[in-house]
Amino acid sequence: MAGVQVSNVSRSFGAHKALDDVSIDFADGGFYALLGPSGSGKTTLLRQIAGFDFPDSGRISIGGESVERVPVEKRRIGMVFQNYALFPNMSVADNVAFGLSVRGEAKAVIATEVQRALDLVQLGKLGGRRPHQLSGGQRQRVALARAIVTKPRVLLLDEPLGALDKALRVDMQIELKRIQREIGITTIFVTHDQEEALTMSDRIGILRDGRLVQEGPPEEIYDRPKSEFAATFLGDANIFRGDTTGNGIRLPDGTAIAAGAGAKLAAGAKASCAVRPERIRIATDAGAPDTANANMLKGQVSKRIFAGNNSTYFVERAGQTLKVIVQNTGADRLAEGQDVVLRWSPESTVLIAAG
Amino acid sequence: MAAQGAIASRGGLRSALPLLAPAYLWLTVAIFLPLSAMVFFSFMTELPLSGKPWAFTLGNYAAFFSQGLYLTLLLASLRLGLEVTLWCILIGYPAAYVLAKVLKGRSREAIFLLVILPFWSNGLVRIFSWAMVLREGGILDTALNAVLPFKINIDLMYSYPAVIIGLVHSYVPYMVLTCYLTLQAIDDSLIEAGRSLGASRLQVLKRVIIPLSMPGLVAGAALIFVPVVGSFMEPRILGGRTGTFYGTVIEDQFVAVFNWPLGAALSFILLAVVLVILALAAPVLRRAA
Ligand SMILES: Nc1ncnc2c1ncn2[C@@H]1O[C@H](COP(=O)(O)OP(=O)(O)O)[C@@H](O)[C@H]1O
Ligand SMILES: [Mg+2]
Repeated sequence: MAGVQVSNVSRSFGAHKALDDVSIDFADGGFYALLGPSGSGKTTLLRQIAGFDFPDSGRISIGGESVERVPVEKRRIGMVFQNYALFPNMSVADNVAFGLSVRGEAKAVIATEVQRALDLVQLGKLGGRRPHQLSGGQRQRVALARAIVTKPRVLLLDEPLGALDKALRVDMQIELKRIQREIGITTIFVTHDQEEALTMSDRIGILRDGRLVQEGPPEEIYDRPKSEFAATFLGDANIFRGDTTGNGIRLPDGTAIAAGAGAKLAAGAKASCAVRPERIRIATDAGAPDTANANMLKGQVSKRIFAGNNSTYFVERAGQTLKVIVQNTGADRLAEGQDVVLRWSPESTVLIAAG
Repeated sequence: MAAQGAIASRGGLRSALPLLAPAYLWLTVAIFLPLSAMVFFSFMTELPLSGKPWAFTLGNYAAFFSQGLYLTLLLASLRLGLEVTLWCILIGYPAAYVLAKVLKGRSREAIFLLVILPFWSNGLVRIFSWAMVLREGGILDTALNAVLPFKINIDLMYSYPAVIIGLVHSYVPYMVLTCYLTLQAIDDSLIEAGRSLGASRLQVLKRVIIPLSMPGLVAGAALIFVPVVGSFMEPRILGGRTGTFYGTVIEDQFVAVFNWPLGAALSFILLAVVLVILALAAPVLRRAA
């Protein structure tokens, strides 16, 4: 087992910078999600770590030693591909045995290890089947068993659940997490599904156009996004843009929005504030002044989407549509067209420098 | 599943009949009828067209078994077919691999064209070009002596190697094409998966790529082996006196000796032997593929 350090890695294809000075420290035994839209460089980064492709500049080390001159087969990594990449000419058991067999392990050792790996992914009885006789979820498990049976130092997964339907995906998320904990392997998991990244990983790195936008534990990125992109890509956010007042902003119509203590930007510059929809309280009148929820805006409900345990209100205000999510407490629901007052606390407001 | 497939294909057959009819009509007229005539001739003492009296006989087939020469030549031709096929695999498979997996875009198109080029040139032109290259004082001889500091004599003309070279050159595009098609269908991620599991490039080739491209290799080998065993043009022109093979003897019966019945009988013996070889090889190859 080993951690992975990526330091100042850049990779261009022609004029296109697929990776631009990316540095990430993947902790030993951690579960790290690489999150980003399609084309942001996630696969490219994974391929540099695996050794299928090489950076133009920068360094990658696994377990503390540089792998610059180490070919793929010597890096001792396990990789799960988006299309599973199972060998169609081999049985499930032979697929899983492949890594041990090329290493020249004894037949008896291979047989027990393969059975153990198949049991771990709950496919103990399907060793004799061919890949094309399996369902998508089963193929995924075989691919995982094949990748971990060689006891690699790092497990790399490229959107492994992308091809599965929603219910199966949630099952596999739980399963994958269980297996990862059980063997304690350093795992780098590529996804474009923010929910998957939030629920599964100890740390998340957000990529955009080949750059690492922000990285940290899921809670930190969710609560304190450093850019509008991070705020809107990981979870939902209402974004207000205006001029900084030091610890908040002033909207074009003069309304002030205060951000949490500690937020500081030079006054006068352009900046934005981000607020999560579930942090906003919605009411039909202003009521008594509320010092805790000092930020206040008036608007009109344009739409309500009922989702069982909560409702999403779309509120029109000065040409902007705001999103508010309210838990279903059985209290009166607001009708479309209703004038409302929105309140939220400065602590729920993140001040983001423009740019 | 199987029953459904059968129903679908029966419905499909009826609607496909108008499309198939011209092809089968053509095959009947152009191949089946002449072939039947040949079967008929092979059991005759004389060609009926010659005006001489004729009778039915098994003598033409008996000739093959009574004269050891025919069997010797057949074995030589089978060996020739095997050798040419092996050379075509050794040369064609790596070329197909490079085309399918290494080259991209423009350079792939350019190399592809070079591979196909012998296909488009006339067979005789191709063979006589080789004659110019291989003979003493020819292009190869002159070029090598111009480069090498010592004097060597290259005269490959009228030799077994010359026949092999000419045949390999003519038939290698088949191997490249069939292997290219199967190799191209192999997903690159399979190769990468193999490497990530600790296999060297060579191990991936042996355990994943070659097994998966077996259908292409088998198809290419069949496309090459069968015509090479019966070939006569390359052996005659490039082999000279050493170029007597089963195919050239058959050709002699038709164009020189005018013993069509014997030529036909020898042809059908060859056809039978080739079919038996393919039938014997089929289960082995199917298991490998
Ligand atoms: N081999 C390549 N040749 C040219 N461009 C590439 C290659 N691989 C990736 N790219 C480009 O690099 C960018 C990042 O790709 P990728 O890492 O696959 O994105 P992601 O996995 O985040 O969707 C894309 O714009 C893609 O077109
Ligand atoms: Mg990708």
